[in-house]
Amino acid sequence: MVHNTQEALLEVKKLHKDYDGLTVLSDVSLSVKKGEVIVILGPSGCGKSTLLRCINGLEAIQSGKILLNKVDISGSDTQWHLIRQKIGMVFQSYDLFPHMTIIDNILLGPLKVQKRNKQEAREHAEKLLHRVGLIDKINAYPRQLSGGQKQRVAIVRALCMNPEVMLFDEVTAALDPEVVHEVLKVMLELANEGMTMVIVTHEMDFAKAVADKIVFMDQGEIKEIASPVDFFQEPSTERGKQFINMFNYNHLNKERE
Amino acid sequence: MRDLGVNILFEGLNMQRLLEGLWITTRIALISISFSIVFGIITGLFMLSNNKIVRLFSRFYLEMMRIVPILVWLFIFYFGVTKIVPVHLSSELVCVIVFVMWGSAEMGDIVRGAISSLPIHQKESGIAIGLTELQIYTYIIIPQAIRRLIPGAINLATRMIKTTSLAVFIGVIEVLKVGQQIIEYSLLTYPTAPLWIYGFIFSLYFMICYPISVLARKLEMKWQH
Repeated sequence: MVHNTQEALLEVKKLHKDYDGLTVLSDVSLSVKKGEVIVILGPSGCGKSTLLRCINGLEAIQSGKILLNKVDISGSDTQWHLIRQKIGMVFQSYDLFPHMTIIDNILLGPLKVQKRNKQEAREHAEKLLHRVGLIDKINAYPRQLSGGQKQRVAIVRALCMNPEVMLFDEVTAALDPEVVHEVLKVMLELANEGMTMVIVTHEMDFAKAVADKIVFMDQGEIKEIASPVDFFQEPSTERGKQFINMFNYNHLNKERE
Repeated sequence: MRDLGVNILFEGLNMQRLLEGLWITTRIALISISFSIVFGIITGLFMLSNNKIVRLFSRFYLEMMRIVPILVWLFIFYFGVTKIVPVHLSSELVCVIVFVMWGSAEMGDIVRGAISSLPIHQKESGIAIGLTELQIYTYIIIPQAIRRLIPGAINLATRMIKTTSLAVFIGVIEVLKVGQQIIEYSLLTYPTAPLWIYGFIFSLYFMICYPISVLARKLEMKWQH
């Protein structure tokens, strides 16, 4: 994986966010290079989903900056609907539009927002559906698809906008274990093709496999940034160690005869 | 052979007058329903407004239409307001005005319910692919909201059709009044007149309201998701 070592595609600088008087994000700074895959880990409520939502403008920030390609997108005059074409986001609840077919779901953005040529957009959508193995569902309605299939369509819907960076917010958390794999496979392939990704997940093995950097958050702050190998073998913070141990049940064996 | 009571329906101009009365009922209902849909959508959006005062006023408006009986509204307007306003308002016009006020309030509540029942993530998914607020409403929220409000809207329409009978009290000669008039002067000749006349009117209301209900059910099935 060749990384452009000078240019950061996405930068977050000293982000601070309050909600109802509570500090949700505090002094959060992050830098993502083109082609990098960042996985954000942390206990519930640490602010990782909120961070993702701030990057996409779904949540307001009190102070700090967000820069995309060196351009400040966190100002009050930002035209978010233009910026969001460059930032793709996939949610835990996939939320396909139930009253539209799969192909219409995917083409809504490219046609109505990006005003692309119908033929070209359709070919792009079909190519992406082929890649995720769902071309036969092209005219189906979301209710006819399984959770894993819907999530793959949600990823295609975001990809069809040709984003520069993709944000994934716990996309497999609501899926059955068997179908989690098919979604993670798609994400892994995406990473191998060089897509810049910021992923929030609880799938530790997946994090180990796909991440270039692990960002560990707790209580609204970034506690550690490390390579996956370093983080999973020996976290440098106490809180990091506690977090890793949560997934280890060796010392909690049930008493058996 | 005794006169068959049903003959009253075909006596003289009775049938014609009954159908003319039906046309007045239908006309009032159609005009009121059409305007109520338009104003109802606007009212619904006011009810969802971020502005507390706007929401409060629309809520107050809805409660007024629900608490005060429609008949009282008709009386207030026909016997009260028309005395102050210099323009002459026919009883049919007063009926339409009151019905539109009522229908818009109820329709507004139905619209508000339909839109707020949509999962918030639908809007966010639209936001995430770069749609503007207007586009989100046009392509995502409104199509889904329409599907959800059809049952309530159809129910409101049939209620409005039935309530037109109140117009009798401010002098509109609609189908029920015509029926009463026919019965009044036919009672001696046709003792069973009320049965046949009101029975016929019953079936007229049924013939208007039932197809609308069937249409609504068909739409619901088609849009099932």
